[in-house]
Amino acid sequence: MENSPNTERHEYDVVVIGAGGAGLRAAIEARQQGKRTAIVCKSLFGKAHTVMAEGGAAAAMGNVNSDDNWMVHFRDTMRGGKFLNNWRMAELHAKEAPDRVWELEAWGALFDRTKDGKISQRNFGGHEYPRLAHVGDRTGLELIRTLQQRVVALQQEDQETHGDPEAFIKVFAECTVTRLLKDGDAISGAFGYWRETGNFILFDAPAVVLATGGIGKSYVVTSNSWEYTGDGHALALLAGAKLINMEFIQFHPTGMVWPPSVRGILVTESVRGDGGVLRNSKGERFMFDYIPDVFKDKYATTEEEGDRWYTDQANNRRPPELLPRDEVARAINAEVKAGRGSPQGGVFLDVSSRLPAEEIKRRLPSMHHQFKELADVDITTEPMQVGPTCHYIMGGVEVDADTGAAAVPGLFAAGEVSGGMHGSNRLGGNSLSDLLVFGRRAGGGAAAYVDGLAARPAVSPELVEEARAEAIAPLGRGGENPYEVHHELQRTMNELVGIIRKAEEVAEAMEVVEKLKERVRLVGAAGSRIYNPGWHLAIDLRNMVLVSECVAKAALKREESRGGHTRDDFPGMNPAWRRKLLVCSTGDGASVTVEEQEQPPMRDDLIVLFERDELSKYLTDEEMTEFDGISK
Amino acid sequence: MSYKAKFKVWRGEGGEGKLEDFTVEVNEGEVVLDIIHRLQATQAPDLAVRWNCKAGKCGSCSMEINGKPRLGCMTRMSTFTEEETITVTPMRTFPVIKDLVTDVSFNYQKAMEIPSFTPPAGVRPGEYRMQQVDVERSQEFRKCIECFMCNNVCHVIRDHEENKTAFAGPRFLMRIAELDMHPYDVADRQEAAQEEHGLGHCNITKCCTEVCPEHIKITDNALIPMKERVADRKYDPLVWLGNKIFKRSSK
Repeated sequence: MENSPNTERHEYDVVVIGAGGAGLRAAIEARQQGKRTAIVCKSLFGKAHTVMAEGGAAAAMGNVNSDDNWMVHFRDTMRGGKFLNNWRMAELHAKEAPDRVWELEAWGALFDRTKDGKISQRNFGGHEYPRLAHVGDRTGLELIRTLQQRVVALQQEDQETHGDPEAFIKVFAECTVTRLLKDGDAISGAFGYWRETGNFILFDAPAVVLATGGIGKSYVVTSNSWEYTGDGHALALLAGAKLINMEFIQFHPTGMVWPPSVRGILVTESVRGDGGVLRNSKGERFMFDYIPDVFKDKYATTEEEGDRWYTDQANNRRPPELLPRDEVARAINAEVKAGRGSPQGGVFLDVSSRLPAEEIKRRLPSMHHQFKELADVDITTEPMQVGPTCHYIMGGVEVDADTGAAAVPGLFAAGEVSGGMHGSNRLGGNSLSDLLVFGRRAGGGAAAYVDGLAARPAVSPELVEEARAEAIAPLGRGGENPYEVHHELQRTMNELVGIIRKAEEVAEAMEVVEKLKERVRLVGAAGSRIYNPGWHLAIDLRNMVLVSECVAKAALKREESRGGHTRDDFPGMNPAWRRKLLVCSTGDGASVTVEEQEQPPMRDDLIVLFERDELSKYLTDEEMTEFDGISK
Repeated sequence: MSYKAKFKVWRGEGGEGKLEDFTVEVNEGEVVLDIIHRLQATQAPDLAVRWNCKAGKCGSCSMEINGKPRLGCMTRMSTFTEEETITVTPMRTFPVIKDLVTDVSFNYQKAMEIPSFTPPAGVRPGEYRMQQVDVERSQEFRKCIECFMCNNVCHVIRDHEENKTAFAGPRFLMRIAELDMHPYDVADRQEAAQEEHGLGHCNITKCCTEVCPEHIKITDNALIPMKERVADRKYDPLVWLGNKIFKRSSK
């Protein structure tokens, strides 16, 4: 085994880690502001997990219902997150999403249209009006392709101006970052390896934007792709940044449940947005039994009213199938537990009796294709079987809303790896718009930070050497098979820190994770440095275990149920907990500390956008007294 | 339900390699990529394969299964008999990096050579107005997940390395068609398709259409219409004259 393979070195102003929607939008922004920008991605360019997003990008353009505007979107987002959201992020998101969607159109995106030629918008859970810009059920692919092609367009511009397409923006594909480097408190670069050759690579850069997505690969049943190993979460922690809201994980209500090998693959919420209904084994539309008090007056109480809503939204309330995802996921879980599940352990999702076959194929082409090819099910003639699947983590790097800046100078984060925007539960469609809005802001934040630097932080050769030793270690030792350790982690998190949590189980998970940490330090990878998946997994495991510890520790600490965190032993929402964020950090990189931090109160002009009755369901008495003072 | 299947998987790096035999468990409902993953977890931890979504949406796990270009994640084991030996090899048109992973940089190079979307000056974001029927043609091509199997199977380059510089392949000829049919694109793409990107090399054998996992009618809906547009321009004296008189945007 070579001990000191060559480490290539590159200098950039901004290094963006991750090439999904947030990463690409951040990189485009940094480059447009004149910064030399590197995009580092674990996969090939254009393959990021964003391609899996199906339903659409939420933006209050008001193309389908002109009553929609940013304030309605803001309210829906805060409600969806059970008022735990960083309200400034929710405000910026609601205000800027339309511009970000329109901008894509100017870069070549082709969204589905309304009759008058505008961007069409579809209904989705928790959104009061049709709001999601979409392309059939493959909206994420359109986003990625458009941003990817925008990067190429910028490169073509640079070719013309500078004679080198990569003069200002370069993609480092199939390249994984394993450590962030610092000079004193500030970021000075990033260290990683090329998957293809196993050679090491060093980025000398004062600003790093994390856009690495989520953590789903710590769970067995997940809609997430292999890259979702919590890299950015772990890199941030190890660099001294803080993670918030890590206990909140969204279990998407509708994942495939059969065949076993595809269990967890996403079934888009658009199926319900376009009229699909959920039924149990008795044929009952059970969601009517699961409308929580806080949403009682916003959802239909009879099937007739729910059905009328699709054509007349002014005079009817929406069907409860379109409750926020956390509510629907818990309801499905409860039906299955009560013995009213489908033969393969889910519930039935039926669109075949609701729309003509041709319409289903037109609106939901990739769902039609996916079920036909993977499960021999024709969704135009029979119901699907679906159940909850680990889909999204609301928690992530604590950032400044306006700039995406983390607590570590030079470190920025956007998209799923950042925390706060979605509170305790994300609404469908708010992810694609999130990554556009905050991708741009983080790219701009990084560019401004670089402009304001008096001196460029230096890369320390010692830190590079440490990072190199850490990365190469699994190759040199004949330790345990990393796939085994990974499977055990996935089973543990799935079973013990899943959709419904109990103190004893979470505590048990923490013990297992503690032992897994030790095993991760000893895993070994056979084979050479060239494109070696066993080695890559061995390296990723450090991140997965660290992030799982955050999830478990925060889940144990939060003694209430809210959004993507349901405690069997603390079933209700507790207003006192709404003001508290749980913050994860690590001092030594070996173990995680979780501390409470108070959430700043909402700005006066934002809080008055809500009715008193609604607020009283979420806020403490003390906060309500303050509210009464403001709204007078 | 479960049985032991016989697999031959191409293994090797640096230009050398051979088919290796494996006997491996197969369970109900599994796809070829599941089996490759089982090999990684139990017998060959360093077996290289690309994959991401495992749902036919990202186009990463392109490989050749019994000689046919396929996505590993969308090829169900139930399409083979239990006795059959299944042979899995990397895409043939691109150089092998290791095992089932190939160097697909050819495709990214070609993507770079095609001039980007060029809207007319003066249309601001938010002002675009297009009818569904007018966007649908290009939307079909934008379903492409860039698995590059069309370029892999295309006989113009499959065994003809020498054609690679002059031929963009079906994927990127389709990209030109997509832009040409975009309601707001004003760039002149037809001549370049023929002269610079090798549209003329395509003799419409439809191999690309057959392997497309998204069932895009690449030949019928993109390449043939593009060929017709090129031919119309080339042989229409009025168009020729028009081009001489009105200088069209050719950037």
